[in-house]
Amino acid sequence: MKHGLIKATFLAVGLGAAAPAAAQDSLLNVSYDIARELFEALNPAFVATWKAESGRDVTIDQSHGGSSRQARAILEGLAADVVTFNQETDIDVLAEGGLVDPAWRDALPNGASPYYSLPAFLVREGNPKNIQDWSDLAREDVAPVFPNPKTSGNARYTYLAAYAYGLEQNNGDEAKAQEFVKAILSSVPVFDTGGRAATQTFAEREIGDVLVTFEAETGQIAAEYADKGFVRVTPSLSLFAAFPVAVVTENAEKNGTAEVATAYLEWLYSPEAQEILAQHDYRVTDAEVAAKYAADFPEVRLVTVDEVFGGWDAVREEHLADGAILDQVFVNQ
Amino acid sequence: MQAATFNPTQTSLVPRLLIGLAVALTLLIVVAPLVYIFARAFGEGWRVYAENLLNPATLHAVWLTTITALIVVPVNIAFGISAAWVVARFRFPGRSLLVTAIEIPFSISPIIAGICYLLLYGRQGLLGPWLADNDLQVMFALPGIVLVTMFVTAPFVAREVLPLMQAQGSDQEQAAVTLGASGWQVFRRVTLPNIKWALLYGAVLCTARAVGEFGGVSVVSGNIRGQTNTLPLHVELLFNDLNATGAFAAASVLTLLALVALVAKTVLEARKAR
Repeated sequence: MKHGLIKATFLAVGLGAAAPAAAQDSLLNVSYDIARELFEALNPAFVATWKAESGRDVTIDQSHGGSSRQARAILEGLAADVVTFNQETDIDVLAEGGLVDPAWRDALPNGASPYYSLPAFLVREGNPKNIQDWSDLAREDVAPVFPNPKTSGNARYTYLAAYAYGLEQNNGDEAKAQEFVKAILSSVPVFDTGGRAATQTFAEREIGDVLVTFEAETGQIAAEYADKGFVRVTPSLSLFAAFPVAVVTENAEKNGTAEVATAYLEWLYSPEAQEILAQHDYRVTDAEVAAKYAADFPEVRLVTVDEVFGGWDAVREEHLADGAILDQVFVNQ
Repeated sequence: MQAATFNPTQTSLVPRLLIGLAVALTLLIVVAPLVYIFARAFGEGWRVYAENLLNPATLHAVWLTTITALIVVPVNIAFGISAAWVVARFRFPGRSLLVTAIEIPFSISPIIAGICYLLLYGRQGLLGPWLADNDLQVMFALPGIVLVTMFVTAPFVAREVLPLMQAQGSDQEQAAVTLGASGWQVFRRVTLPNIKWALLYGAVLCTARAVGEFGGVSVVSGNIRGQTNTLPLHVELLFNDLNATGAFAAASVLTLLALVALVAKTVLEARKAR
C-alpha cells in the first residue's frame, strides 16, 4: 500500500527510472461514487480467481467520485487501468481524449455493460397512495422526489424514462408526452442537486410520496432505512441504464497491466461476479444468475436511449441543450 | 479588554447581555459541533470507534497527512525565514512585490491553486508531456499533494517572522559580524533566538493548515483509497458513503490534531508576547 507512494516520491525526486515490474500485479479501478461497497465485495473474489488462474497476486485500488469528475481526472493523468462508470458519455470523453479505444462498446458483451439498472420507485410504508407506475407520478395528490435533471445524471434517466412512458401511452405523440412529463416535474416539491441529497430529502426530511432513483439504489436505501418500512416499486416500463466498463488502454499498456485489466473486466461477466452484483440489487446479463434472483427483480419492459431517442447525442441536442425540451417542460421552483 | 475585567453583576444590562451573547454564540457555533463530533464518533461505543480508526484506509489517510505535514512544514520554515530575512534586511527593486507575492496564497481560494497545478503538471498541462515521457507521476500522487499544500501554507511562517525582523532591525547582527562571527554563527546565535517564538508560532499555524487542507488537495488527489486520500478527504469520502460513524471517527482524529495545535498556539502566543 505504501509502496505506490514511496515509488511516486522516489520518481518525483528523480532518483531513478521506473521501478522494475514487481512480481505482483496492481490495478487502479476508477469508479462512480456509490459503488464502494459493490467493489469491496467484488475485488477479493477476483483476487482469488486471478491467483488460481494465473498464479499471480493482484492488488486492486479503488477511486470513487462523480463519474464526470473522475473522467476529467483521468484525462489529466490519474493513472486508471480500468474505469467502471455509470454514464456511457463519460467513457466517450476518455475515448475522445485518446485514452480508451473508440470502439470500447464492442470490446465486451452487452455494450460493455456487465450489469445494468433502471429508474424505479421507492414509496412510503404500505404504499398509502397506491403508486404503481409513471402515470401515478403525474397525479395531483402525489409528490415525487428526484434531483434536478439539469445537474444530476440520475435524474436525467428519470426524466427520459418518464418521457418514454409518455410517448408509449400516447402512441408517440411528442406534445402529449411533454405534457405528461411536465405534470410530473411540476409536482416535485424540491429539486436537490444530486441523488444523495434527494435521498435525504425523502428519507430524513420525509418530504414527498415517492423517490425515483436507480433500482439498485432503492434496494440499498430501503435496507439503510429499514425502520421506515419503505416499499420498492418497479414501473411497467423503464429505461435501460448501462453501467459501462472499459480498459484505459494507454495507461494499462504503460503500466503493463493490460492483461489483468482485461481479465478483470471479463470476469465481471462470470457467474461468480454476477451473483455478487445481483446481491447488490443490480440486474445482470448472465441468464442463470438472473433466473436465480428473478424474484428480486420484477418484470419490466425496458427501452433504450438508442431505441426511443436515437442515441445520447440526439438526447443532448433535442432534450438537454439550453432551451431544448427539458427547459420547456421543467418549471424550476 | 477592559470589559472582561468588569464584574458583570455590578454593571448595567448592556455589557451583561453582550457577554451572554458572545458566550452563547461561541457555545452554539464552535463548542457544540466539536462536542457533537466526539459524541457521534463514540456513539456506537469504543469498540466500533477503534474498528473504524484501525481500518487500513483510515490509518493510511492519517499516515499520508502526517507525511505531507512532515515534508511541508520544514520546507515552509526554511522558505519563511529566508523570505522574511531578504525582505527585512535588504532594499531592492521589486521588494514590495515580493511581499505581496508571499501573501497571494492567503487571498486565493485553495481550489484555484489545485486547478492551476493540475493545468501545469497534469497530463494535458504545460509540463505534463515531459513528465509523462520521463515517467514522473506528480499529480494524483504524493508530490502533487505536497506541492499544493506547500502553496496553500506558504505565507504562514514568513508572515509571522517578517514583522518581528523588521521591528528588531539588524543592529545586533551587524555587531556580531564586526566581532568576527561567521554568517552561520550570526544566524544561529543572534537571528534565530530573536525570532524563535514567532517562528514556532508560524510553524504551528502552518502545521494546522497543512493537516486540514481540503479544497486544493481534493483536485490533485485522485481520491484513491489507501493511496492518495488525505485525512480530510477521507472524512468526506466516509461521509458520502453513509458511514457516519467512520466519518466522525476520522474527524475526531483531525479535530484532536487541531486542538493540539491550538494549545501549542496559545502557549506560544503567550511566550511571543513576553
